[in-house]
Amino acid sequence: MTSNSAPARPPVTHKIDVIVQRDRQIGWMLTIPALLLLIAVFAYPIGLAVWQSFITKNLGTELQPQFSGIQNYIRMAQDGRFWQSLWNSVVFTTLSIIIEFLLGLGIALVLNQAFRGRNIVRTIAILPWALPTALIALAWTWIFNDQFGVVNDLLLRLRIIDSGINWLGNPTLAMVAVIIADVWKTTPFISILLLAGLQSIPDDLYEAHRIDGANAWQSFWQITLPLLLPQVVIALVFRFAQAFGIFDLIAVMTGGGPGGATEMVSLYIYSTVMRYLDFGYGSALVVVTFLLLVLAVAIAAYLLSRVRGSAQATDAR
Amino acid sequence: MTRTDPTPTIAPSETQQAMLELRHLNKTFSPSVVPVKDLSLSVKRGEFLTLLGPSGCGKSTVLRMIAGLEQPTKGQVLIQGEDVTHKPPGDRNISMVFQSYALYPHMTVADNIASALKLRKIPEEEVRQRLREVSHFLGLEALMERKPSKLSGGQRQRVAVARALVRRPSVFLLDEPLSNLDALLRENVRAELKQLFESQQAPVVYVTHDQTEAMTLSTKVAVLNDGNLQQLDAPHQIYAEPANQFVAGFVGSPQMNFLTLPCEAGAARLGDRSFPLPPPLSHARQVILGIRPEHVRRAQPGDTYTFEGKIFLVENLGMHYLVSVHIQATQQTTYTLRLLLPSDATWEGDSLQIALPPETIHWFDAETGSAVRQ
Amino acid sequence: MTTQPLDRTPSPSKPSISWKQWALPLSVGLIVVFCLAPALWQLLTSFKTNEAIAAIPTVYFPSEFTLEHYQELFERRPFFNYMLNSFVVATLSTVLALGLGSPAAYALARLRLQGESILVGAILVVTLFPPILLFLGLLNVVQALNLGNNYLSLILPYAAINLPLTILVMRSFFQQLPRDLEDSAKVDGYSTVGLLLNIVLPLTLPALATTGILAFITAWNEFIFALTFITAEPMKTIPVAASQLGGASIFEVPFGPIAAATVLGTLPLVLLVLFFQRQIIRGLTSGAVKG
Ligand SMILES: Nc1ncnc2c1ncn2[C@@H]1O[C@H](COP(=O)(O)OP(=O)(O)OP(=O)(O)O)[C@@H](O)[C@H]1O
Ligand SMILES: [Mg+2]
Repeated sequence: MTSNSAPARPPVTHKIDVIVQRDRQIGWMLTIPALLLLIAVFAYPIGLAVWQSFITKNLGTELQPQFSGIQNYIRMAQDGRFWQSLWNSVVFTTLSIIIEFLLGLGIALVLNQAFRGRNIVRTIAILPWALPTALIALAWTWIFNDQFGVVNDLLLRLRIIDSGINWLGNPTLAMVAVIIADVWKTTPFISILLLAGLQSIPDDLYEAHRIDGANAWQSFWQITLPLLLPQVVIALVFRFAQAFGIFDLIAVMTGGGPGGATEMVSLYIYSTVMRYLDFGYGSALVVVTFLLLVLAVAIAAYLLSRVRGSAQATDAR
Repeated sequence: MTRTDPTPTIAPSETQQAMLELRHLNKTFSPSVVPVKDLSLSVKRGEFLTLLGPSGCGKSTVLRMIAGLEQPTKGQVLIQGEDVTHKPPGDRNISMVFQSYALYPHMTVADNIASALKLRKIPEEEVRQRLREVSHFLGLEALMERKPSKLSGGQRQRVAVARALVRRPSVFLLDEPLSNLDALLRENVRAELKQLFESQQAPVVYVTHDQTEAMTLSTKVAVLNDGNLQQLDAPHQIYAEPANQFVAGFVGSPQMNFLTLPCEAGAARLGDRSFPLPPPLSHARQVILGIRPEHVRRAQPGDTYTFEGKIFLVENLGMHYLVSVHIQATQQTTYTLRLLLPSDATWEGDSLQIALPPETIHWFDAETGSAVRQ
Repeated sequence: MTTQPLDRTPSPSKPSISWKQWALPLSVGLIVVFCLAPALWQLLTSFKTNEAIAAIPTVYFPSEFTLEHYQELFERRPFFNYMLNSFVVATLSTVLALGLGSPAAYALARLRLQGESILVGAILVVTLFPPILLFLGLLNVVQALNLGNNYLSLILPYAAINLPLTILVMRSFFQQLPRDLEDSAKVDGYSTVGLLLNIVLPLTLPALATTGILAFITAWNEFIFALTFITAEPMKTIPVAASQLGGASIFEVPFGPIAAATVLGTLPLVLLVLFFQRQIIRGLTSGAVKG
């Protein structure tokens, strides 16, 4: 193609796209400060823990680092307290997020209905999520108090029990109490995410489904749940990570007691480091916890990508 | 690709320097996304050039390269003879109207219009003077202190135009500025824009996929498709002498009829009639006959190329009927043809004698699609 | 949701109508009780006299209210200081998170960085790190830089733990900004910095408020770093100070002051939630879902 105004010279080629390059330069300048802080606060501690997990540095070595290979990991494999705390974390995490999910889904479904004062109720429903966990833990400690606690009082009045229960003093009941407190605190998070998901499902899908002859129950299983699946997985992944690392709630309510019955991995790490000043072993605990978390999240991410893929396929249809 | 010569109305005067010149522009986003392949053209003072083409053909990309928002992979952009290929948009003295208008939501209309002037450190007195002029010119006086969110679509469009005008740029760039207006308003604003830019010296590059806009506004139309310039001509030339089948089909509504006809001995056969072909096509096996629906007539005594059409669809367009007919050419082949009849036309039954006036027929090479002159 | 959802009950003849009539209000009521009761109980306790607190059976409707627990917190303990400390730390770390996070978010949304998706993925993963995995390494840094009992030892980590969410929320916001606006500003002649400050920033204020509120809440609530890095009594933040309220002996747990401290420490956040409910929900959902 020719044009009367274009000379017959070959076109000028520009090796580098100056605009893109300038954008990138500025982009890195804007990004690097944040990245540095992220590296300092996230990457460095994990890296340090990996390194320290191969040394012994405790009161026995007068806090001087001594290389000890995989000694710390061997010790961990034989450490009953570690396994107990891991088991506690698993029990706490599993029960918490199952209950939270069911409750959160129920709340989201209710809040998705039209009723007067819906906005106020929504505000109330996110309140627990916003409050400081440590202070909430104080509130629940008081509620579960063996002498003056309101839970015992209500149970007595309803004649379900005939003498006050020492909730936080009994291994099983202490676990129940911290799970209840955690469920109260974090169910709102799940309901917010699920509610957003519910609101993004168009009404005409339900109408079409109803015209096809489905009832509300079938619509829930065939439309609501499948389309909500991405939000469900995201909420569960977030909650899993938070619950597995729970510290403040337990530290304030039971301190890990009674007799280690509610000692989670996080509390064990904290006392290993801060009480026994065993930095090497504490680091090894950090590393193992980190790897467990990464493993679980990787599985969840894999599930999520499959869920997203199938959700898109549903959209395409 | 062939193209016709420039028509006398836009004959380039040797002394007049091109205000904007594109030399071999190419934009390659990725090996498979090359919206602009090799585009060269120039625009002179007072010209109104429209880039016309289907969605996704690279019109906006061309405009963004002229503006400096995107760097060409190859080629150069010259404004008033100066190579600005590597200059940032702010230093090119161009102004651009976006499809979404892109008014700054947090600024008043006045600040929106004046922002570029203030950035260029133009004295305050002059800024005020220019604001007064442009707001008077476009009837925006009453709106100057409002925020864009408090304006109607038409008013926003005006503000966007005012923001471009106030700059007194070397080139105006407009990217589908009418596509967000409703049909009625669009017609009014189109007429306004025409008058407005006729009064401006600086050339306009206008992007649209609407052929009516292209035909009514421009002094020159560049039809783009598939990253290539298909034709660059005055609007009436584009309509009357399309350079190829793409242009012929894209410009004109209802669309031109295309009949692929067999040829023998330098003539194309349609039923029992044969059309003599222009010499370049004398050895072709097949040829495409193009005729616009408005050029197909009812047969009158003395017409040579008459056919019997079987009506299978009549659409009332108000001023016209758009009638679709089948022509039985041979036992096996039927052709479909659409023609426009005046709204007072009457006919009986479902058969119609039609004529194809030879002077209105366009011939296209069946292989390349390019037009071959009679 | 712009329109009221249609009533999805199939037909008025079905008995499900009456079922629905009481089921919805009942579940709404249960939700309200569930969410408010524990907090309200603590509020009530904080105004009860010590006798009412220790009364068996429990007093639900006390005949007299007192401010003595609040007085104790402010007069016998530096509770005003604790609140101020929390406020300063939370505010500064929020400002820092926004100041570092939003430019990065803009770059990741618009400036075509190499490896952008990897960076965003890494940032998303980092939101899942619980602080317990970080405190040991950070303790090391704090000791090395001698930052113990220095608010920087809280401000910087708090800013960092808020950065991922800030970046993700702001990035999704920037991606929704019409690109034409920035292009138009470039044609007008704004420099990149001018464009960010004069065009992008003013449009960003609502999103900044959203993210800022979330960051403030997180920082105000943080416990483990505050517990570990700040040991000087007058420098403590509310969650730690409240959790360490003790009586003269183990048998004398000061339930009243603890309840009052809970109320004081939660009050600012309750106000935030009341006023910014929409922003909080928007931020949480866009941060978690869009990434
Ligand atoms: N930044 C980019 N990166 C990759 N591809 C792009 C980019 N910008 C545009 N394209 C592609 O280039 C092609 C041309 O886009 P362009 O916007 O120029 O089309 P257009 O002619 O203006 O279409 P429309 O009429 O729809 O506005 C499209 O296929 C588009 O997907
Ligand atoms: Mg376009």
